[in-house]
Amino acid sequence: MQTDGPAPDRTPASRRSGGFSRRSFLKGASIAAVGGPAGAAATAGGAILTDAPRDTGTIPAGQLREIALRVNGVERRVAVETRTTLLDALRDGLDLTGTKKVCDRGACGACTVLVDGQPTNSCLMLAHDAVGREITTIEGLASDAALHPVQQAFVEHDALQCGFCTPGFVMSAVACLGKHGKPSPATLRHELAGNICRCGTYGRIFAAVQDAAGRAGR
Amino acid sequence: MSACVGSDLGRPDGPAKVSGRAVYVADLAVAGAWHGGAVRSTIAHGRVLRIERKPGFDWRRVVVVGPGDVPGDNVQELLSDDQPILAERVVRHVGEPLLLVAAPDLPTLEAALAALRPIVEPLPAELDFESATRVLHEVSIDKGDPGARFDSPPPGARLFEGTWRTDSQEQLYVEPQGCVAWPADADGTVVVRGSMQCPHYVRKALARCFGIAPERARVVQLTTGGGFGGKEEYPSVVACHAALLARAAGRPVRIVYDRHEDLLVTPKRHPSRVHHRTLVAADGTLLAMDVDVLLDGGAYTTLSPVVLSRACLHASGPYRCEHVAIRGRVVATNHVPSGAFRGFGAPQTCFAIERQMDRIARALDLHPFALRRHNALRLGDATATGQVLHDSVGSLAVLDAVAARTGIDRHRWCAPAMAVPSSNSGRVRGLGMSFFFHGAGFTGSGEELLKGRVAIRLLPDGRAEVAAGSTEIGQGTTTVFTAIAADALGCDPGDVVVAVPDTAAVPDSGPTVASRTCMVVGSVLASACRELAARIGGAAGDFRSRARAWLAAGGDGIVEHVYGSPPGLVWDQATYRGDAYPCYGWAADVAEVEVDLDTLEVDVVRLTTAVDVGKAIQPRLVEGQITGGALQAIGWAQCEVVSSRDGRVQQDRLATCIVPTTKDAPRFDVTIVEQPYAHGPFGAKGVGELPMDGGAPAVLAAIEDALGVPADRVPATPERLLALLEQRERTS
Ligand code: FES
Ligand code: FES
Repeated sequence: MQTDGPAPDRTPASRRSGGFSRRSFLKGASIAAVGGPAGAAATAGGAILTDAPRDTGTIPAGQLREIALRVNGVERRVAVETRTTLLDALRDGLDLTGTKKVCDRGACGACTVLVDGQPTNSCLMLAHDAVGREITTIEGLASDAALHPVQQAFVEHDALQCGFCTPGFVMSAVACLGKHGKPSPATLRHELAGNICRCGTYGRIFAAVQDAAGRAGR
Repeated sequence: MSACVGSDLGRPDGPAKVSGRAVYVADLAVAGAWHGGAVRSTIAHGRVLRIERKPGFDWRRVVVVGPGDVPGDNVQELLSDDQPILAERVVRHVGEPLLLVAAPDLPTLEAALAALRPIVEPLPAELDFESATRVLHEVSIDKGDPGARFDSPPPGARLFEGTWRTDSQEQLYVEPQGCVAWPADADGTVVVRGSMQCPHYVRKALARCFGIAPERARVVQLTTGGGFGGKEEYPSVVACHAALLARAAGRPVRIVYDRHEDLLVTPKRHPSRVHHRTLVAADGTLLAMDVDVLLDGGAYTTLSPVVLSRACLHASGPYRCEHVAIRGRVVATNHVPSGAFRGFGAPQTCFAIERQMDRIARALDLHPFALRRHNALRLGDATATGQVLHDSVGSLAVLDAVAARTGIDRHRWCAPAMAVPSSNSGRVRGLGMSFFFHGAGFTGSGEELLKGRVAIRLLPDGRAEVAAGSTEIGQGTTTVFTAIAADALGCDPGDVVVAVPDTAAVPDSGPTVASRTCMVVGSVLASACRELAARIGGAAGDFRSRARAWLAAGGDGIVEHVYGSPPGLVWDQATYRGDAYPCYGWAADVAEVEVDLDTLEVDVVRLTTAVDVGKAIQPRLVEGQITGGALQAIGWAQCEVVSSRDGRVQQDRLATCIVPTTKDAPRFDVTIVEQPYAHGPFGAKGVGELPMDGGAPAVLAAIEDALGVPADRVPATPERLLALLEQRERTS
């Protein structure tokens, strides 16, 4: 399963050798077997997780140095290269895959996280530069089982379709509400202009964020 | 009972998606997976002499796969066999794959790819589709005798000619292409999981590539971050590449494109040139139409014949006309192959006919709204293929709805060639409209040949599982299937689960394309559910306990149904006569724009649309499809530029590949019209593509209204508008 708790081995998965278990794949894939019991995860296009470690491997094998990042209130150690971005460190080093990589060049907002409360394109920040700062990712928003009010509002307003832009939008919206409280429609458009949704859910997103702002103010 | 259909259930995938828990292909944990990539052609056309390996790289660290390593046919399975999986002697477009490489990590992969240099001798490249001569496919549609009409027009009739062009468009699904492939297991099965619309297409492509039976390829869809047609045919390419590498490496291989690669090499919308000759009576009645459709297919056939077919079948628009000739050609060039994109040829021809109608209206001094309404197809009319429309025709209803919402029927348009109105704000406003229809489902006998299958099966706990190859790509398939199944079974939505599309576990319901999933697959699902419900009976007790009792008594809990065309549909593919589609969705748009007179930037401030969907199974999802599709159309109309230089796509990063942002989204005013279709589930028709068709002509008409220059090409960028204004100044 994806975890955001401390894991015993923080060596980037790309450096580990072997360990692939066919069983671990089938365990996930067979959920949809004919007539088999459908687990909670067996919705179409939905998540099936395997218990194998990820192996995305953007972090290269050479010149790794271990740094400490404070992510979602927990200090995590991760080995990175000097050039490793915060996005790659989060996704590949710490298995926090809710933060998405879409352009890797600061043009879409899908990788937005909060760094000391500021919305930040994590693909444009080096992991080394994030040392000593408070990083919040999409995984850090919900407390226990309850969604964050902005996440809840996204669900209620159906402010998503394919969902790939959604974590980035949620993070930008949380930052916007932190900054403006109850943003005007124009402010909201402006604050979210760095995030791209090709499914075209902008109107629903505005409604969701404004609803969440209203609830927070109540 | 009809509690779920027509209500809004809320998508089951919502909570996982808002919290980052949904697992897309780049998020999937696969221990020991290597990373795959391709060595690609850097030129548009050339002879491959050799591929040089730079000395100094330790090739033992990677695996390299060439054309000779394809165990089956080196053919990308689709409509035609002209596209190799890996080019061998000739490359025909920039980005064409030559060799594949897999490495333990991305930096090693990049180093290996950089150490492989294809030596290609350039050949002359065909980069202008309007002068290209190699025809990939042709379509002819004939009705009445237009030749005789044009030759001896009745008194008072006038002839109008117009040439209309549209450029390409990038789908820009936000999640890039990607999949993971595993080497064949003990029983020889190749497994692929990834981001896709059509798992059974991918399975077929793998079977051809490996020379194995389709059952020996297993394809499982992962959460998919958007498709819009871009993940119809192309995932088969990625899957074949990853599977070949997995075979060579003896371990799983993941390929996830970065945005740059995705923009450079994947198929996009077909560029078009459409020429209209229209004979019109003084009262505006369309007497005869002659339409010539030309599409740029790019380097290989891919889906172009079907795209051309749909383009031509929509080329005469939603209008009655007794004498019609439509000639379509799609030609080969050395551009990246064109492919599926929402609308599938119809947006191009819809743009042309709608602008032609505006041109006619102005010349005849008729109101563009009145001209459209006068000629609109109605119940009992026949289309260009002679299809008589027997039911579910919302044409007048959608026109009247947008008129009521906007007053467009009373709007006074600015005549072309009028001076630009002066404006204190430096901005001028304009209004434009469009009227359009879209055939739902596969063309002609497509559904009959495809025979989409859907199963509903009881699980041991008494829940019912929907099993189909149709995919959730954000449009709401899971929710729609849940609503249809719950109402047809007479159970709660919580009693329904939708199985993951896995070719080893679900029947082939056909591809998730052509606005067919709700209407066609949904109707098969509804009939299967009704049979199951009849079997287990309506005795007392909740659904799950009745279902468990049925199973405990040894009852068969699985019903699988096959699509059967509604009775009476006739289609002749050879002559293009008959019922081209089971039914049509109908829509009208009114766009309101503001144009900045200094920068000529176009701001679409409001889009009013009325759409006949038959029945909105999930109204909120339908509205999401309408506004999402319309926004893509608005983007295409004015800001989404795709151009190429020497065959290389210029918009190769998100900084230059512009799509609408929060600041570009207009206010939407959506009216859903419901003219039920007797053979759709609960009356529903397709809706996915329709909203893509009408935005561009409405926006360009509005720009024309604002600036007084004839806008004849999509996209109407500021540069193009400036050229039109300068041209007018020179000629006036
Ligand atoms: S991935 Fe960081 S801004 Fe696009
Ligand atoms: S929901 Fe698909 S890109 Fe936003």
